[in-house]
Amino acid sequence: MTRANLTTSNVPVRFDICDGCVVISGSLSVDSVGLVDRDALAGHGRAIQAIDIAKVGRLDTSGAWLLVDLQRRLSVPDRAVALRGASEAQDQLIETVRRNLAVDEAVRPPPPTLADRLETLGRATVAAGRVAVALTGFLGSVVAAMAVTVLHPRRLRLTSVVHHMQEVGLKAVPIVALMAFLIGVVLAFQGAAQLRQFGAEVFVVDLIAISVLRELGILLTAIIVAGRSGSAFTAAIGSMKMREEIDAMRTLGLDPIAVLVVPRVLALILMLPVLGFIADIAGLVGGAIMSWIELGVSPAVFRTRLVTDTDVWHFAVGMIKAPFFALIIGIIGCYEGMMVEGDAESLGRLTSLSVVLSIFLVIVADALFSIFFAVVGV
Amino acid sequence: MTGPPGAPGDSPPDAVIRVRGLVKRFGRHTVHDGVDLDVMRGEVIGIVGGSGTGKSVLLRQIVGLTKPDGGTIEVLGQSVRDTSETDYRRLRRRWGVMFQDGALFSSLTVRQNVEAPMREQTDLPAALRETLAGLKVRMVGLPEDAQHKYPAELSGGMRKRAGFARAIALDPEIVFLDEPTAGLDPIGAAAFDTLIRQLQAALGLTVFLVTHDLDSLYAICDRVAVLADGRMLAVGTIAELQDVDHPWVRDYFHGPRARAAATAATGPAAGRPVTPGKES
Repeated sequence: MTRANLTTSNVPVRFDICDGCVVISGSLSVDSVGLVDRDALAGHGRAIQAIDIAKVGRLDTSGAWLLVDLQRRLSVPDRAVALRGASEAQDQLIETVRRNLAVDEAVRPPPPTLADRLETLGRATVAAGRVAVALTGFLGSVVAAMAVTVLHPRRLRLTSVVHHMQEVGLKAVPIVALMAFLIGVVLAFQGAAQLRQFGAEVFVVDLIAISVLRELGILLTAIIVAGRSGSAFTAAIGSMKMREEIDAMRTLGLDPIAVLVVPRVLALILMLPVLGFIADIAGLVGGAIMSWIELGVSPAVFRTRLVTDTDVWHFAVGMIKAPFFALIIGIIGCYEGMMVEGDAESLGRLTSLSVVLSIFLVIVADALFSIFFAVVGV
Repeated sequence: MTGPPGAPGDSPPDAVIRVRGLVKRFGRHTVHDGVDLDVMRGEVIGIVGGSGTGKSVLLRQIVGLTKPDGGTIEVLGQSVRDTSETDYRRLRRRWGVMFQDGALFSSLTVRQNVEAPMREQTDLPAALRETLAGLKVRMVGLPEDAQHKYPAELSGGMRKRAGFARAIALDPEIVFLDEPTAGLDPIGAAAFDTLIRQLQAALGLTVFLVTHDLDSLYAICDRVAVLADGRMLAVGTIAELQDVDHPWVRDYFHGPRARAAATAATGPAAGRPVTPGKES
């Protein structure tokens, strides 16, 4: 009688080979099958005629699979290995497993070739182009809906507009003001360190005024609003899309663009210039305070120099850009929300995409405005 | 040995879930006001009750997702509430939960979903894990090509099947099913009932079934527990519940839908697995 224990000692299952029969005892479950060396067992090949599981206590699906697998491997074409000693319930389980064995192991997809990669790149490019077209189309339908609103002012959902003005405008005031104040402080501090070397401290006023009024005030406000409200638009409209609210609106004859998108975009267009103005003031105040502390430029001097030496066009350039930035943020936020499909993952993906895309396009638009204003000479 | 596979030794049928005096409030609204329930090993128990009677809340409390305000819950002889994190983890391995609509992880394919509990709870090598997960996916009657699909690509019925496959991934002793047939067409629902019964028999499962579906009750439940007025109004076989004198129970079991379900279920093999395996 040959005995061979083919498993390590701490495993709750034993395989003993005696008289051409594998006697299994212990527990054959999901915890123990991973520790069984099936190849070593299968190596006994021809000598085995039967597998005896009368001493197996716990047997689960994984254990049953192991038995079926072992039986198949030990069987030779002219003689099948018998399975003995199974209780009725165990027999039923083994039969269920046998019926559900893989027909053949799943074919793994071949690794991507260069042509596949090129195809992926091409598809991505075409998809990006399609997004640009769709975004333009969406912009068109929003503008059309707004035009209808202008012609029929009574169709404007005033409550909704005011609500969104509060959400995107009023509630953003503290963070926007604080951010702009700190930017003013930093500009004054860094500018002072550089300008002092030339004895040109007083020019710090021009530095702060031009950079805050013309660029930073409105640009940083737009970035904060994109992160705050653009993402909120996508998430809100996207979850409505997921719950089929948008489809319900369509069946009731409501235009989702007029109901959901126009109030949001309009609120942003109205509020972003206001927020930009607040950011300008806060930035100048921050700069003035830091100039006073760091350079001894008194607020009165700061004010005089601001009024006499800073062209009002710097302020105007910043304000002109605001509604365009608002349009970009609003359109992208709402468009990505409309693109959400059934699952939660697409909601998350499109929300982050909406923020990234709107910030990127705001900066691109800012660059284009710089060129434009340089050409027209303001 | 006579016990179902999965049962330790030859233990006689005993209560695997024991709920005593369970109290649960949400704010000022009392959902459960002293619920008692015993679930025996190897049975399929159906929990019914009107909307808002806390069927799902009861399930969530038993598996430890919602904290009860009073009473005791013992599963497999261990308290679910007053237990250490390690004991709770060990206990949790011995049951599987299928939520409404499957609750599959949307970023993973069906097979990866089934593999997830195996990866977290066992030391199975990756290849073996894939094989066993594939086996489970086939056992719940999903087609071969569903294995590599994402939940969003599946129909509602397939998602439920995949959720069931994940719930039985580790061959648990108890399976909790929350409305497994809700939202399925009658054919799909009947097929799912058959599936539950088959796997219950093959794997020796105890099934805790929260349902609205009268057909499921007649087809697969050994006993039915009725939740009403914050208490377990009655527990017994459907035949026993026919005689309970309570307006809701009477309406429930003697309404036109119940009569139709009862007629449908009076075939000779009602509720029994006829030919386990491939669904039609």
